[in-house]
Amino acid sequence: MLFDDLFLQPFLTGLGLAVLLPLLGCYLRLRDEWLAALTYAQVAAAGALAAMAVAWPLVLGAALAAGLAAGVKHLASLRGLHGAAYALLLLGGWAAAVLLVSNLPAAESMGHALFDGQLYFTDWRHLVVSVAWTGLALAFLRLFSRRLLLARLYPDFFRARGLPNWPAQLGFDLLGAGSLALATMSLGVMGAFGLIFVPPWVAFSWASSWRRGLVGAVGLGVLAYGAAFAAALEFDQPFGPILALVLILAGLPPLFRRRHCA
Amino acid sequence: METLLTAERLTAGWKRPVVGPLDFALGRGEVVGLLGPNGAGKSTVLAALAGRARVFSGRLGKRPGLSIALQTQAALPADGIPLSGRELLALTGAAATGLPDWLGDRLGQRYDELSGGQRQYLSLWAILDAPADLVLLDEPTNNLDRAGSEHLAGALRTRAEHGAGVLLVSHDRDFVARVCDRVVLLAGLEN
Repeated sequence: MLFDDLFLQPFLTGLGLAVLLPLLGCYLRLRDEWLAALTYAQVAAAGALAAMAVAWPLVLGAALAAGLAAGVKHLASLRGLHGAAYALLLLGGWAAAVLLVSNLPAAESMGHALFDGQLYFTDWRHLVVSVAWTGLALAFLRLFSRRLLLARLYPDFFRARGLPNWPAQLGFDLLGAGSLALATMSLGVMGAFGLIFVPPWVAFSWASSWRRGLVGAVGLGVLAYGAAFAAALEFDQPFGPILALVLILAGLPPLFRRRHCA
Repeated sequence: METLLTAERLTAGWKRPVVGPLDFALGRGEVVGLLGPNGAGKSTVLAALAGRARVFSGRLGKRPGLSIALQTQAALPADGIPLSGRELLALTGAAATGLPDWLGDRLGQRYDELSGGQRQYLSLWAILDAPADLVLLDEPTNNLDRAGSEHLAGALRTRAEHGAGVLLVSHDRDFVARVCDRVVLLAGLEN
């Protein structure tokens, strides 16, 4: 059934994100910013609903809202307040989404779709955008990985050398926001958050190096995604909750380990 | 000897001045110690040289294109992050050559699985051996045992012999006396 055109295209759309989101999650965990994933996803959902209200493309609304959230977070982080910014943005995104769903009859079903995930209803445009964005994001991470690690471990490293590091920092914030906006449109809020949070958390608990942590997180993300996709089709269930359950199962072993499960 | 850094009547601090006025110079191949009581502003001087703390008055001259490496007392936020010792050194461009055996043999291990002293020395080495003209070290002997301090003393002299300048803040007077070419005494802020 997977190789039926009807399902192959949604599968490939999600597959790119199943590679990208765990990778992105590794850097968010490194920066202790994993809550950003939930914030961006929630704000993106609100942005998509707002776009629907004014007859704009949904993905544009999601991307603009998440990008705005990334900008606010970036400014807040300059004052050391990014943790509070995430919480406020999360609350704001949730409030806006619920109010839009309550006051716009047409937004109710879309609201459900955004929170539950609507992977089976994505079309070829989602696939093209997903593949292109994933390629762009992988190139960015390859280029700026060392800078992101150094900026976290030795915050003075670039300043002491008189080198600017804001392009990597701002670029990563925008990359995270854009990725979550895209993922929310297909995998749903919690599906996207789960793929960002769980695979890096599990992989970091046993990996012996950063490189193995990245490979492990991506491998686990892809396996969980594939298993959830197949199970949802086989048992005719919504994809988002099945993905969440598979990820919870994957997250159980580290809970019983003593080390590296912060 | 090429001068890397000069401070003339330098007053530095954060929201308000903490230290100064201070005069000193540091040349290539020199190891200079900054000594003073707690609260005298030793770490603030290093932060000002690295561009993190504010210079309120006086002049801070740096050789054009000067590359600075700064080691602070803050622990690396690497708990729960699967970063091997070898990867940490590669990040800053430091080499494993010259590390003591008790650490060199453990570079394949995760940083957060090393002992406190091993972590301290590895994070210090990653800065000490990174490509830079001037190395600023803030209390580098903290958490080090005698073997670690001995090795550090040798490594600092070697770094200076290879052309770097080293400015060292420490409360360990014996270590400073053993390693430094000159000592600058800080008395805190003059009114």
